[in-house]
Amino acid sequence: MDKAHRHEELEEEAAKPFGLMGYFLTPGELMHACEKLKNAGYKNFDAQTPFPVHGLEKAMGLPPSKMPWIVLAAGTTGLLSAIALTWFVSIDYPLVISGKPSFSYQAYIPIMFELTVLFSAFGAFFGMWGMNRLPMFYHPSMKHPSFPRATDDAFFVTVEAKDPKYDASKTRKLLEELGAREIVEVTE
Amino acid sequence: MTTAALQEDTPGKRAPLVLGHRDFNAVTETVAGIVEKKTTPSWLVLLGLAVSVLLILLGSLGKLVAEGLGIWGLNNTVFWAWDITGFVFWIGIGHAGTLISAILFLFRQKWRTSINRAAEAMTIFAVMAAAIYPVFHVGRVWFAYWLFPIPNQMSMWPNFKSPLLWDVFAISTYATVSILFWYVGLVPDLATLRDRATTKVRSIVLGIFSLGWRGSHRNWLNYEKTYLILAGLSTPLVLSVHTIVSFDFAVSIMPGWHTTIFPPYFVAGAIFSGFAMVVSLMVLARKAYGLEGLITIKHLENMNKIILLTGTMVGYAYAIEYFIAWYGGNEYERFAFINRAFGPYKWAYWTMWSCNVFSPQLFWFKRIRTSIPAMFVISIFVNIGMWFERFVIIVTSLHRDYIPSSWTYFRPSLFDISTFLGSFGLFFTLFLLFLRFMPAVAISEVKGVMPQADPHAGHDGHDDHGHDAHDDHHEEAASAKGDEGDEASEGDAEKDEEESRG
Repeated sequence: MDKAHRHEELEEEAAKPFGLMGYFLTPGELMHACEKLKNAGYKNFDAQTPFPVHGLEKAMGLPPSKMPWIVLAAGTTGLLSAIALTWFVSIDYPLVISGKPSFSYQAYIPIMFELTVLFSAFGAFFGMWGMNRLPMFYHPSMKHPSFPRATDDAFFVTVEAKDPKYDASKTRKLLEELGAREIVEVTE
Repeated sequence: MTTAALQEDTPGKRAPLVLGHRDFNAVTETVAGIVEKKTTPSWLVLLGLAVSVLLILLGSLGKLVAEGLGIWGLNNTVFWAWDITGFVFWIGIGHAGTLISAILFLFRQKWRTSINRAAEAMTIFAVMAAAIYPVFHVGRVWFAYWLFPIPNQMSMWPNFKSPLLWDVFAISTYATVSILFWYVGLVPDLATLRDRATTKVRSIVLGIFSLGWRGSHRNWLNYEKTYLILAGLSTPLVLSVHTIVSFDFAVSIMPGWHTTIFPPYFVAGAIFSGFAMVVSLMVLARKAYGLEGLITIKHLENMNKIILLTGTMVGYAYAIEYFIAWYGGNEYERFAFINRAFGPYKWAYWTMWSCNVFSPQLFWFKRIRTSIPAMFVISIFVNIGMWFERFVIIVTSLHRDYIPSSWTYFRPSLFDISTFLGSFGLFFTLFLLFLRFMPAVAISEVKGVMPQADPHAGHDGHDDHGHDAHDDHHEEAASAKGDEGDEASEGDAEKDEEESRG
C-alpha cells in the first residue's frame, strides 16, 4: 500500500461519525434528557458529568455495577492465600510457642484478615479500571469543543452513531427539543 | 445569637456545606486555582524550612546506619522508647484520614467531602513517617526485608504468631489500601485539571495520571460502587491496624501493657490525635489558600466535637486502667500504675492528662469550639498530649521492671530527639508538595453535595416534566422495563470490544 493511499484511507476513517454530543447546565435537565432518549428507544448513549448524578442510571436504564462480585472473588483469593501461607509456614518451619499446635489458626487470624482486605482492595482498584476500560487516552467524545467543561460544570449527553435508532438529523432534532446546547457530531 | 446561627442549630435544617453562593465552576476555580497559580514566596519559605528539618532526619538516620542503635538512648531495661513512641504517634495521626474518608462516608456525613482529600494525604504521609521507626529500629536496615515472608536459602520464616509480624502485615496493607483509595478519589479531579491545562507538559502528565477519565456515567457507576467497597474495606482495616499496634504491647506480659482495654483505647486515641492534626493543618491551609468557603467553621466545629468525644473516651480509658489495676489485685500491675502517676515520670503522666483529657473539655463551649485560635491551640495540646500518652505507656512500664537492680531512668539522646523532629520534616515536606501540586479539596465530591447537584432540585426552572418523570414508581417501572435494554447494551459492548481488537 503506498503512502498516499494509506493517508486517504486514514482520513476516510477519521471522518466516520462517532455520535452526537450536546450538553446541559443542570443535572435535572440531563436526567430528563436521558429519560427521553431511553423512552425513544436509544440504547447506545452515555452521559458525561463532572460528578456522579445520582439516579441517572435509572434514567438511562443501566444495570447495577458488577464490582461487588469481582471484589468477592479477590477477597476470597486473599483469604485462601493467607490460609495457605500460614499453613505452609507452620509446617515448613515449625515454631513451638507455649506448647501450642504448630498450625494455631487463632494466631493467624490477623494475617488472614489483612490479606483478605489487601487482595479485595487490589481487586476493587484494578477491577474498576478494567470494567471502565481505562486507561484510555483517546476517546472520540473528547473532541467536542466544550468537552473540558464535562469535568467542570457541564452535563453532556452523547448518542452514539452505532445505535440502530441513530439518525443524524432526527437525533439532532430530538436533542434540540430537549434543550441541549452546542450539539456537535463528533468523529471517531 | 444571630438568626443564621439559630438556623444552623435547628434540627432538620443543616448549615450549608459550601458558602458564598458558589456554582460548580466556582468550586473548580477555587480548588484548581491553587494548583495553577504561581508558586508563592511564602510557600517556598515553608518548603525550605520543612526540607531543612527533613535533612536533620536524613542525617540522623545516616548516623544510625553507620554506627548502630547505640546512638539512641535505649538501654537494657528501656529497650523501646522514642522510636516506638514516634511510630505509634504517626500511625495514630494517620487514622483520622481513614476515618474521615471511609467511616464518615459510610455514615453519609456529607460534610466530610471538603476535608477528606487533605486528610487522606495526611494519612499516607503519616504512615510513611511512622514506617521509618520499625525499619530503622531493625538496626541493620539493609535486612529490613527479612520482615516479610520471602523464601530464602535457610528455609526460615518469620514468626507468624508474633504481633510484631501481624503489625508488618497490618501497616503494609494499610499503607497500600490508603494509597489506592486516595488515588481512586483523585482521578476525576486530575481529569478536571487536565482539561484546564494550559501547557503541553501539564496536559501530558495529568493526562497520564487521570487515565483518560471522561466522567462517563457508565464509569461513574462502577466508580461509586468501588468507592463504597473501598470505604467498607478501610473501615474494619483502620480499626484492625491500631488494634494490632496495641497487641504489640497487650500480648506481652509486662505490667502496664498486658491489658484487654488496649485495642479500643488505642483506636479512640488514634482518632483523637488524628483529628487534632487535621484541625491544626486545616486551620492553616484554609487561611493560606482562601478555602474558608469550602472548609467552613461548621466543618471545624464538627471535628472539634469528635475531638471532645474521643478525648473523653481516652480519659475514661485512663481511669478504667487504674480501676482494673486496683480491682485486679495483681501487685505488679498496681505498682506499675502507682509508679506511672507518682513515680519519676509523673511530669509526663500529668502532662498527658492535662493535654488529652482536660484541654478538650473546653470544647463543650460553642464559643471555644468555633474560635479558630482556641481550636488551634487545643489541637496542638492534643498532639503533644498524645505523644506523651505513648511515651508514658511505653517508658513508664519498662523503666522499673521486676528486678529493682535493673531500674533506670530513660533520657533521650540527641539522636532520639533529632530523629523524631526530623520525621516532622518528612511529613511537612510531603504535605506542602501535596498542597501545591494536587487538588487539596475533592472537587467532584464537593460538587456532588451542593444543593444544585440534586437532579430533583425544583428551583432550577426546568422542572417542566414534573410528575411523570420524577416519580419513584415511574423510575422503578422504568428500571424493570430496562432489563432487556441492558442485555442489549452489554451485547453491544462486547461487539465494540471485538471491533477494537479487529
